[in-house]
Amino acid sequence: MEFIKLRNVEKVYPTGVTAIYGLNLDIKKGDFAFIIGASGSGKSTLIKMLYREEKATNGEIIIGGVQVGRLKNRKVYKLRRKLGIVFQDFKLLPRLTAYENVAFALEMYGLPKDEVRMKTLKALDLVGLKEKVKSYPNELSGGEQQRVAIARAIVNAPKLLICDEPTGNLDKKTSLEIMKVLEVINNLGTTVIVVTHDSDIVNKMKKRVILIDQGRVKKDFEKGTYDKNDFTKDEDVQKAFVKNEDGE
Amino acid sequence: MKTFRILVRNIRDGLKNVVRNLSLSFASISCITVTLLLVAVSMIGSLNVENFTKTIRDDFTIVTYMNNELTEDQENEIKAQIQKINNVESITFESKKEIAEQMKEESEVFNNIITSWSDSENPLYDTFKVKVKDSEKISDTAEKIKKIEGIAQVKYGEGMIDSLMTIFNIIEKILIVVVISLVVVTAFLIVNTIKITIFSRQEEVEIKRLVGASNFSIKQPFVIEGLFLGLLGSIVPVLVTIYAYSFFYEKTGGILFSHFIKLVDPYPFVFIISIILVVIGIIVGMFGSSRAVRRYLKI
Repeated sequence: MEFIKLRNVEKVYPTGVTAIYGLNLDIKKGDFAFIIGASGSGKSTLIKMLYREEKATNGEIIIGGVQVGRLKNRKVYKLRRKLGIVFQDFKLLPRLTAYENVAFALEMYGLPKDEVRMKTLKALDLVGLKEKVKSYPNELSGGEQQRVAIARAIVNAPKLLICDEPTGNLDKKTSLEIMKVLEVINNLGTTVIVVTHDSDIVNKMKKRVILIDQGRVKKDFEKGTYDKNDFTKDEDVQKAFVKNEDGE
Repeated sequence: MKTFRILVRNIRDGLKNVVRNLSLSFASISCITVTLLLVAVSMIGSLNVENFTKTIRDDFTIVTYMNNELTEDQENEIKAQIQKINNVESITFESKKEIAEQMKEESEVFNNIITSWSDSENPLYDTFKVKVKDSEKISDTAEKIKKIEGIAQVKYGEGMIDSLMTIFNIIEKILIVVVISLVVVTAFLIVNTIKITIFSRQEEVEIKRLVGASNFSIKQPFVIEGLFLGLLGSIVPVLVTIYAYSFFYEKTGGILFSHFIKLVDPYPFVFIISIILVVIGIIVGMFGSSRAVRRYLKI
């Protein structure tokens, strides 16, 4: 059963720029998938459409049975509660402690205090930040801040975790640690989608890799086939990484 | 229970935000304060003018002077005839002797002259003071009374009162327009001031949206914050209304320029005005916040 299903998805921005052309994609429940592509390839647009920050111009996007494209703006929060989102710049509230940053989402849903506490501590424990619950974001390292952001994303036990360049601001070692955390979360049954520029990570993780180019899925390396095709030797993939390193 | 928990949290957050963004809160609060002060002044002015008009209208009397040679029976006959006129509410009789007594008390000069008169020399007239039901029709009524036999003269302030009423009416209308436009202008000012405060918290709104907060629950703390801003902004205008008006009333003895322009009693008047000010402050604050945050929500 496909958990995420995209059919002939097209996105044209009001400026007339087409970012996605007739894109088809299936991601199974419990999958771990990397989305790679050069800057301007449309991968950001693609995942923004997944959490309904952007609306597809044409086509269907179905996540867990929900027609994302048909969601009314004021109902979007219902989708967001079922998925977690992690960003490159963490998006933590600087005036809240690590604990509060994770807890405030649950508080906004109106959960009772005990439940909020239990779930928050569990999430922070899972990302390995049990000792730093009372620290403010500026007292934490980049990797730790990203862990807080991941804890916030998974605190409500989402079925899907979307990570938009989660390691973009982190060094190699920390990046790998973050990936390990994501893998643990994936092993617990959450579908994980990671957008990244980092070829090292993609190589080491040996997961499904989807290459987006000019608004289309250009290559889709299934897990397992990776060993046979050293995909970083692939010209298109090389180009994707090189372009990113130049352009950003 | 769930809604209650969210509400409690949002009240707490709303209060926290007022304190955390103190300088911007202060901008919003002073904006509300200044306009509410102007609203208070206009409202007090307008209600007083209305009061003047009302008291003057209530005092409208047609003074009917009767020929001096009339007997008591004839006078009673005239009284009966006046009473038959539709618009007449009440009639009081004042004999020329009573009037002379009243005038004696009014000034020293009058006193000297009047004491020199004997009863038969009294040049004043016996009068009926006729109160009317509808002051608009006062000139009609006066005409009717004039036609009754035995009436020497009829007086009712004519032109002076009419023009005074017109002026008061215009002043009152102007003040009402001023009050309404001030409230509208404040609403816009507040929207803009709060927009600035929210602009600095755009990220907070964005993150809340991303973690799945409904528009309502994002909006609520801002609206509650607006409520507090309105409440805080109305403190000074309320105090000024209560103390300044009471002080002014005491200083002037409740009378302005002339004895027939009476000020409204300060109590409970100032409290009613205060309540209106607080309500306006709260509504404007909440409306302003709600409008301002809308921009950052995709609705």
